[in-house]
Amino acid sequence: MRITLDQDRCCGAGTCVLTAPDVFDQDDDGIAVLLDAQPPAHLAAAVRDAAARCPAAAIRMEAE
Amino acid sequence: MSTAPRHVLVVGASIAGLTAAETLRREGYDGLLTLIGDEPHLPYDRPPLSKQILTGAWEPSRAALRSSDEYDRLGIDVLTARRATALDPGRRTVELDDGERIAYDGLVIATGVRPRRLPTGHGLDGVHVLRTLDDTLRLRDHLLRRPRITVVGAGFTGTEVAAGVRTLGLDTTLICPGPAPLAGRLGPVIGHLVGRLHADHGVRLRTGVGVTSLTGSDGHVTGLELTDGSHVDADAVVVAIGSTPATDWLRGSGLDVTDGVVCDAYCRAAPGIYAAGDVARWHDPRLGTPMRREHRTNAAEQAIAAARNLLGAREPYAPLPYFWTDQYGDRIQAYGICSPGTEPRIVHGSPAEGSFVALYGEDGHVTGALGWNSARQLRTYARQLIQEPVAAAR
Ligand SMILES: Cc1cc2nc3c(=O)[nH]c(=O)nc-3n(C[C@H](O)[C@H](O)[C@H](O)COP(=O)(O)OP(=O)(O)OC[C@H]3O[C@@H](n4cnc5c(N)ncnc54)[C@H](O)[C@@H]3O)c2cc1C
Ligand code: SF4
Repeated sequence: MRITLDQDRCCGAGTCVLTAPDVFDQDDDGIAVLLDAQPPAHLAAAVRDAAARCPAAAIRMEAE
Repeated sequence: MSTAPRHVLVVGASIAGLTAAETLRREGYDGLLTLIGDEPHLPYDRPPLSKQILTGAWEPSRAALRSSDEYDRLGIDVLTARRATALDPGRRTVELDDGERIAYDGLVIATGVRPRRLPTGHGLDGVHVLRTLDDTLRLRDHLLRRPRITVVGAGFTGTEVAAGVRTLGLDTTLICPGPAPLAGRLGPVIGHLVGRLHADHGVRLRTGVGVTSLTGSDGHVTGLELTDGSHVDADAVVVAIGSTPATDWLRGSGLDVTDGVVCDAYCRAAPGIYAAGDVARWHDPRLGTPMRREHRTNAAEQAIAAARNLLGAREPYAPLPYFWTDQYGDRIQAYGICSPGTEPRIVHGSPAEGSFVALYGEDGHVTGALGWNSARQLRTYARQLIQEPVAAAR
């Protein structure tokens, strides 16, 4: 699984950080930062959940 | 005993509808899946309309939520430019505007809301509402002629539109029937700060007045008559006075559609029928009352809940509300319940610094947290709100 994050879309909701804290963080302006673009498989469900809940549709996932 | 559905129909192809369809697939549903929407576009995101799309910072295509091949990959049959006109819950069919009747065994209603209009005047050229991509492109086209513009209504949409057109340098008036912009949502303290922000950017703010009528000449709008007897000249008018649930097609279906599709705590309106997003009025177990929310996050989260429950999860939908709005360069975000009737307490930063966190609540119990340019600090409070449900607030 590969994740891309479009920081230009991000509205800083922080939903992703609350949902998958091992994969996402936020910078000082609240914009999300990817901690791990290829997270381990056991985090896939959390990341998928974060992507679905992201209010800015900023998180994309590609299966490998 | 219910059996697993074999054809799920989702009516309303926007954020809630798309998220419901994707969630069904994610949860392993492998039957037929049809997504029906009356707009001519594939699902797109709405918040950018009054922000990046209106100002031209984004090409319209950037609002698209998925590319067309993603629907194929997920096995979602999307019908665009088709409107549902009737529901027969007994026969389990939905009728479309061309007379076709589609049978379902699971239905998700996600038809959202329609903008409310003034009683008269919408027939004039230059009078706009802003809900769809087409509305936005029409308004954008008009803005290229650099009209003097008046925005009627100072809720989220009205204030964002005013900020957007003012950013483009246009002569902008904002008509606010209440004491301050957004005051009806966030209370007078935050409202006055929003009002000052607009005034500082050169918007002519008229508070405490409503519109009596629009004036026109040769079929084109020329201005507005206000309730205090004054007149405002305008070449373009954007009416942003709230919205009503898009439930006209459900009339006669037997569903209760009093201010939205009335649902239980599981987002269920009737056997096999669920609702999500702006159109859904569900029983919020956190607040113990029926609730309808018109926020982007709610549309996605409620759609996830509705889809899971349609497949039998039986999980009550008890979200922590979240919304944000962008006005000029400033970003306002809020978690939880920010009752306009309660005075917020500033706990971090200050309005003078242009960055602060304010907490809402009663009797020492925090129900909501609002951040003004303070995303990171706000998240700490959001965590606390998640741990401390707002149930005790009522
Ligand atoms: C300009 C604008 C800016 C916004 N900005 C923000 C923001 O900054 N933050 C925030 O939290 N929220 C914002 N929102 C609110 C957010 O966009 C909504 O909460 C969200 O769009 C709701 O999604 P939905 O899928 O429930 O409904 P909608 O997005 O309204 O979608 C419903 C769809 O169903 C279609 N439909 C209706 N009736 C029928 C029928 N009979 N048959 C077929 N199709 C039908 C409609 O045409 C529409 O395409 C904004 C909204 C607007 C309009
Ligand atoms: S959930 Fe989406 S919008 Fe929110 S911080 Fe994460 S990427 Fe940004």
